[in-house]
Amino acid sequence: MKFKFGYITLFLCWAVANSLFAQVEKPVKGTFALTNATIETVTKGTLTGTLLIRDGKIAALGSNVTVPAGATVIDCQGLTLYPGMIDGGTQLGLGEVGSISLTQDADEIGDITPHMEALTAVNPNATAIPVTRVEGVTTVLSVPQNGLLPGTASLINLVGYTPDQMYAGFKGVVLNFPTAGRRGFRDQRTDEELKKETEKALKKLNDIWDQAKFYNEVAMAAQKDASMKPPYNPEMARVAQVLNGEMMLLVEVNKASDIELAIKWTQEKKVPKVAFTGVAEGWRVADQLAKAGIPVITGPVQAMPTRTSDRYDKPYSNAGLMHKAGVKVAIRTDQTENVRNLPFHAGFAAAYGLGKEQALKAVTIVPAEIFGVADKLGSLEVGKNATLFASTGDPLETKTKIMHLFIDGYQIPLDSRHIQLYHEFLNRTPGVRK
Amino acid sequence: MKPFLSILFLLVLAWAGNAQPATGSLLIKNGTVLTVTKGTFENTDVLVVDGKIKQIGKNIRTPQGVTEIDATGKFVMPGILDAHSHIALDVVNEATRPVTSDVWVGDALDPLDISIYRALAGGVTTIHAMHGSANAIGGECETIKLRYGTYDPEDLRMQGAPRTIKFALGENPMRSHGEGNGIVPRTRMGVEQVIRRAFSEAQEYMAAKDKYNAVKATDPTALPPTFNRRMETLAEILKGNIIIHCHSYRADEILMLMNVCRDYGVKRLCFQHTNEGFKVAPELAAFGAGASVFADWWAYKFEVYYSTAYNAAIMTKNGVVTSINSDSEELIRHLYHEAAKTQRYGGLTDDEALALITINSAKQLGIDQRVGSLEVGKDGDVAIFNAHPLSVYAIPMMTIVDGIVRFDRAKDADDQRMQVDPEKAETAFFLAQEHKNADHCLEDAFDFANELFGFERE
Repeated sequence: MKFKFGYITLFLCWAVANSLFAQVEKPVKGTFALTNATIETVTKGTLTGTLLIRDGKIAALGSNVTVPAGATVIDCQGLTLYPGMIDGGTQLGLGEVGSISLTQDADEIGDITPHMEALTAVNPNATAIPVTRVEGVTTVLSVPQNGLLPGTASLINLVGYTPDQMYAGFKGVVLNFPTAGRRGFRDQRTDEELKKETEKALKKLNDIWDQAKFYNEVAMAAQKDASMKPPYNPEMARVAQVLNGEMMLLVEVNKASDIELAIKWTQEKKVPKVAFTGVAEGWRVADQLAKAGIPVITGPVQAMPTRTSDRYDKPYSNAGLMHKAGVKVAIRTDQTENVRNLPFHAGFAAAYGLGKEQALKAVTIVPAEIFGVADKLGSLEVGKNATLFASTGDPLETKTKIMHLFIDGYQIPLDSRHIQLYHEFLNRTPGVRK
Repeated sequence: MKPFLSILFLLVLAWAGNAQPATGSLLIKNGTVLTVTKGTFENTDVLVVDGKIKQIGKNIRTPQGVTEIDATGKFVMPGILDAHSHIALDVVNEATRPVTSDVWVGDALDPLDISIYRALAGGVTTIHAMHGSANAIGGECETIKLRYGTYDPEDLRMQGAPRTIKFALGENPMRSHGEGNGIVPRTRMGVEQVIRRAFSEAQEYMAAKDKYNAVKATDPTALPPTFNRRMETLAEILKGNIIIHCHSYRADEILMLMNVCRDYGVKRLCFQHTNEGFKVAPELAAFGAGASVFADWWAYKFEVYYSTAYNAAIMTKNGVVTSINSDSEELIRHLYHEAAKTQRYGGLTDDEALALITINSAKQLGIDQRVGSLEVGKDGDVAIFNAHPLSVYAIPMMTIVDGIVRFDRAKDADDQRMQVDPEKAETAFFLAQEHKNADHCLEDAFDFANELFGFERE
């Protein structure tokens, strides 16, 4: 009898294990009540109580929330809820293995390719996506690279089976502002040559702007008179969208004198919607940036000083110095596979002058505002998308662990290749033979 | 002529003998002392006399003439070690042959490198300045102390540290020689045979020398083998006098080198990068090989695609002596933060995490009797933080080498260059190009056309 019972137990174990392993965990939607939680709203202070997720949105939050029948209750005792973190500049989804060029989709041939769509090439199944989101980074700007106008960046949520499902409601045209800076010690160009090349690039940019303006005028006229329809020119059509304010211009600019020039240029051209990205030497011209009212997406924070003569901690203090001067500052990693380090970049900025509260904002509500999606993302408020996580504490702190994760209302399994390898190899079988 | 030479020789000897780097004495008062090996003590003092830790305890009386440093509210830990760095070097790779054990980066030390200062500002006191990974058997490396302020390369050397040499497996030597020059190795099979051939030739060289030494007294016609610096170095590896530090990523190549070393009786072995070390952690532990890794770098090339940020934790829990390194002038500035990542990825304790950048790195370099923890008798290498060093908000405040303050956040100037290099145009702006598609171990190995733009600097 005892023997038989053993067999039954064994069978049950096998059946349970089978059902566990046979089913791959995947994101699920539903009604979720996160109870007993500390709720860090970011915009409306810290609350305690329940956060209710329904139809993909935050339906209610606070101490007076009634949990509806049928809701999945998740006890968040001892945990804190935060809005998902937003990385304002990455190549996530556009690259799989750094050194293998055929897995790289961020850099198309040509100098003037503003119509290249990052969203087209975002791979929803990139291995780095689960690796990133399980650390609380839920939304990223995926950005094309290199050339004067490399393409159109796209904001994506890190959930979905198609790029369209991932799309988070913002696109921006990238401009790598012509730079007078050297790109490394081996850059042997003389000051004279650099100046000439910069002037040439700036002239090219201005010519394109003039052409786009002309194209835009013709296209407008064509709305009344079809015979005016300009020939197919996707480059100009895209730049025209920047001119008439349909799309934001994301100006990548880092050197102080280039930033000054870029401020002047965007004012002269009256670019309707603009943000600066990179802005490594923003601290040198912070007052001018503040006066111009141009928001900044800066980073990486964990980076080298731009000049050998600069104080060692300038990359860390840059965000704080700009914020103090009155600049609206978001933080990015400019990374592909290690976008998960976004909270640490923010943490370093916090320690070196930005402060914890503002650093958290720089990876949540501030980028949401810059991208015009603050009605959906960036804080915990009723009606916003349920893109949030529960963590053991301060999400910028290194040892903090993410315990529950929701993106766009989907409960996301806390799994990634890195975690799977950990579970497979921590206590490997067979181990070494003694 | 001859007496003159002897006198010159003696003078040189005397000068070399005097070239002991400066040491200092100071008392660090009332900090939270993280010894790493012997526990953590609050409100405790650390006394350093003439460059050595003399006493750790409460309320130590300040000896006459010893500077006091108030560490109230601060955290005092051993100076951080980086077991894999390429800073303070004029050149990294002698990428001309698959075996270059005749060269030594110690001949190319650059005490003026501003990266030394910037590493100090991250609490680092000792680094393993390594040859690159272009060759299956690269050059000898040099363990140095960050005595920033000296103009003399000799002052950087950590006297008495064991000799180490760089080996390299996988893509880098395959790329440099097989793809680059059309010579073996182009595959991981070839890498194995390059190393086996080198070891075997060294055995033959040693045998020929032994044979000569045995008969030279009685046979005036006996000839020694032609002096071969490459073979001399390899012979010292076989004799156990040089520690191998091997650039490696994949589990199979890690197993291969352990097998080769077993066949030739080589025991002192540490793997570098070791991204797939977690797959063969029990084998590494059984061999007694160390593993020095990145906290979380992966996917920059194919051989690191199947990596995990839990690597250091898995190996630590399997008994492998593991360290976290930088291989980067940027990462070296926050190794304390890199070590902390093992608490997120694998839940290591504070002491386990701190050991990854202190005592374990010291063990891998064979200098754990001297540095890597705060213990009486060890070198006075100390880093002081304003918060627990494993917190993301921690700021290194002061770094001490041999009892001398080499970095002081409160007092140091913004521009800490010792010399303005006109070739490195001081006003120029450089956009930091961190690795996008390679580790830094191929520095100087290629002359890529797009090197100009920094992407292939590695």
